[in-house]
Amino acid sequence: MNSENSKVRNIGISAHIDSGKTTLTERILFYTKRIHAIHDVKGKDGVGATMDSMELEKERGITIASAATFCEWRGHEINIIDTPGHVDFTIEVERSLRVLDGAVLVLCSVGGVQSQSITVDQQMKRYKVPCIAFVNKCDRSGANPDRVVSQLKSKLGHNAVAMQIPIGLESNFEGVVDLVSMKAFYFDGPNGEDVRAEAIPENLLPEAKAKREELIDAASLFSDELTDAILEGKEIPEELLIAAIRKGTLSRRLTPVCLGSAYKNKAVQPLLDAVTMLLPCPSDVENVALDMENNETPVILSGDSDKAIVALAFKLEDGQYGQLTYIRVYQGTIAKGSTIVNSRTGKKVKVGRLVRMHADQMEDIEAIPAGYIGALFGIECSSGDTFVSPGISMSMTSMFVPDPVISLAIVPKDNKSEVNLAKALGRFTKEDPTFRSHVDPETNETIIEGMGELHLEVYVERMRREYGAEVTTGNPRVSYRETITQRAEFNYTHKKQTGGAGQFARVAGYLEPVADGDFVFENEVRGGSIPTQYIAACEKGFRLCLQKGPKLEFPVTGVKVVINDGASHAVDSSDMAFQAAARGAFREGYAKAKAVVHEPIMKVVVETPTEFQGAVMGLLNQRRGMIVGAQDEGVMCVVEAQVPLAEMVGFSTILRSATQGKAQFTMEFALYKQVPQSIAEKIAEEVAARKKSAA
Amino acid sequence: MQSSIAVKRKATVLHLKDRNIRMLKKELILRNPLQLMGYEEEDIIPAGGFGAVLAHAGTGKTALMVQIALSTMLRGKNVLHISLQDPVTKVSLWYKELFDDLTKLYNVAQISQFWESILPHRFIMTFKVDGFSAPRLEERITDLTEQGIFAPQMVIIDGLHFNETVRKTLTELKALAGKRGLHVWFAVHTHRHEEAVPGAMPKPLQGVDDLFDVALQLRPSGKDIHIIALKGAPSASSQQALILDPSTMLIKDQN
Repeated sequence: MNSENSKVRNIGISAHIDSGKTTLTERILFYTKRIHAIHDVKGKDGVGATMDSMELEKERGITIASAATFCEWRGHEINIIDTPGHVDFTIEVERSLRVLDGAVLVLCSVGGVQSQSITVDQQMKRYKVPCIAFVNKCDRSGANPDRVVSQLKSKLGHNAVAMQIPIGLESNFEGVVDLVSMKAFYFDGPNGEDVRAEAIPENLLPEAKAKREELIDAASLFSDELTDAILEGKEIPEELLIAAIRKGTLSRRLTPVCLGSAYKNKAVQPLLDAVTMLLPCPSDVENVALDMENNETPVILSGDSDKAIVALAFKLEDGQYGQLTYIRVYQGTIAKGSTIVNSRTGKKVKVGRLVRMHADQMEDIEAIPAGYIGALFGIECSSGDTFVSPGISMSMTSMFVPDPVISLAIVPKDNKSEVNLAKALGRFTKEDPTFRSHVDPETNETIIEGMGELHLEVYVERMRREYGAEVTTGNPRVSYRETITQRAEFNYTHKKQTGGAGQFARVAGYLEPVADGDFVFENEVRGGSIPTQYIAACEKGFRLCLQKGPKLEFPVTGVKVVINDGASHAVDSSDMAFQAAARGAFREGYAKAKAVVHEPIMKVVVETPTEFQGAVMGLLNQRRGMIVGAQDEGVMCVVEAQVPLAEMVGFSTILRSATQGKAQFTMEFALYKQVPQSIAEKIAEEVAARKKSAA
Repeated sequence: MQSSIAVKRKATVLHLKDRNIRMLKKELILRNPLQLMGYEEEDIIPAGGFGAVLAHAGTGKTALMVQIALSTMLRGKNVLHISLQDPVTKVSLWYKELFDDLTKLYNVAQISQFWESILPHRFIMTFKVDGFSAPRLEERITDLTEQGIFAPQMVIIDGLHFNETVRKTLTELKALAGKRGLHVWFAVHTHRHEEAVPGAMPKPLQGVDDLFDVALQLRPSGKDIHIIALKGAPSASSQQALILDPSTMLIKDQN
């Protein structure tokens, strides 16, 4: 293991579907001698591509999709961290973004900056991940790297600057001119493994000089030394220029752009050079943990290997030898035999086996120092857990997890599937906190819940592929919610005197809507009209009512309950009586509080050729969508809308047929919004019908 | 008598939230920057007419136009915002921020619902500068109106280059505006090096000013930005100088 932290790069490769992420990753592993033959990714379509790496992994027995793959390039250790592409897996994406220090944003030289690149870029911005761009597919017809660079500027607001210019384009694409060393690079051999450096062809010299000027100009902002050198008119040393570009990149004020064609084996090696030269090492990045004992105040981690341990488990995998937990150490050193504490559960664990993942094998190691990524065996934990040294209480992630917005009933096809299904669900719910499952007590069906239709589809597919659990699925069901819109008072007396011990309790107060928070309980009882020992029972009674709203049995949110009066009886009052009174009081108040149903609204972004713009807007409008805007990009246009999730079921098929398969869309949860009256009636009918059929 | 009071009170209690929102809405409409300036008509320019806001880069053209748009949306009219420079997200952020700044002064609950309720009155379209033309816009608007998605009443065009060829585009747009009864506002970028002769129209509007009913200029002076009517000033008796606060770009309360 490299003792110098400065020679380590933890990077992610993010890309729009189909811009060649898998191919690029594979070439990188080939050139770094992690795999010994190149295979092609073929026959994938827009939808299939999200599953594509897993399929590859199965077919070839390599772990491209493994959470972190380790490789070496010119004395540097590079960990490539897999970043799932689709927004449906937001939690997973964001978790992996925390783990990496820098990223390569892969863009297609034909398609340019597409909707998903925008989403990925926003996420990178949020986590302040420095990145370099790689314009791939320069061999394709219609390739135009200059346009992509200008899109990076205009659409993503990057200060993008070309590091290279292409030698020929489309089918004549031969190599690249490096603007730092001012040399032309060609890639020979059957797999482009022999890099040949030559003088820049005459015809490209003027362009190369002009672009180099631009590069130096952009870089000079970050280095006084470089500015001095320019002013003095001296020859600019390569190291000086690279240092300035690196400084700009690390501060996210400059995005260097490399180009090439991974598929044609061209210019992947210069990209690797750029990764090692320009992207940050772990100590360049400031990492923040939350102090759990201090109200989640952010604490900056020092990155010192000798300090107390803070590490994040970011991905789980089922290996031959049990659960493999991928972990990134931010501070301290996790060594074999040391004791660490899971800060979520408080459980102490002893570190057994430590490994490092290569493309197709793993290597046992003794310790994982700060800044490094490795994997642990035999540790029980969930994805996203933080491990710390005994005695400190810190967490790398906030405990906030968004609630699922859609659910699906699944039924295993046979006995074997039932057993495997249980295993699969156990694994997935651990891996992904936004994926949940439970058994509906009324229908006895297994219900899975998640952040979108595709999210659930992918898990159903994984159940089949990875666990051999064949299931039939019902129709996806949207997670509606109930809430109240106005203040309402209650004054409820619970009395029961028929046989046995009597029950008596009176609870009075009011309900009111609250904008932030699901449930707020306030006790304003003065003078002991409800004895203190029963207050908790009241709260519990109210809370129990939230799970199933009195209106349509959807969960209730956004309610504040204030109790200010009540009565008790010396003999007949009990916890039970007050719980029952609270339930009655809630129903009484709720009936007067104008309850409404809320539904999840998704932010939908459709990217379509301009000729289908009208059709796409029509489709969105038919689905009760509110179109926020339309962005004209020349041949393509982007329509942004807010659409109720309930109306988005099956949208991908309809969109494809309406646009000859040329449009694609992304969707993410935006907010909960009140359901219009007519739809609320329809929902009420559905609920009634479902109840009837269940009974 | 007593019973009628009770009934009345009950009615008030029932609509407390609505009343707050209604009051806020009224207040906000009253804050319409242009009415504050002394214009009497709510729309200032007639249907089919053109208005222009002129300023140097960064002096608050977009902010002023968004405020005009917001007050129009509050009156229940539809605004089509066309930007030739910013992406949709950035434009919608302008609206959200100005709305938040405006409503911050009023401590009203359920503000987000209020915001949601006026949003359907806005539609953002962005074009590339060279992809924008009157026929293209007409095609888009027809797309929207025919499918019943959105029928604009006011159009804001931000980022159109006022160069030698602009007269042709403007004439075509004028015809379109006349046909559909649109009130159209333009943000016009003036350049510092083209400082106009006092009394004359600033350079970008020269030669096309006959097409405009109203032209307002934003002029920074000291810490404030003054709004000055170059053309179509409100009647002299009611005219008031208006000042923008450069930190929020909101109209400054001068009371």
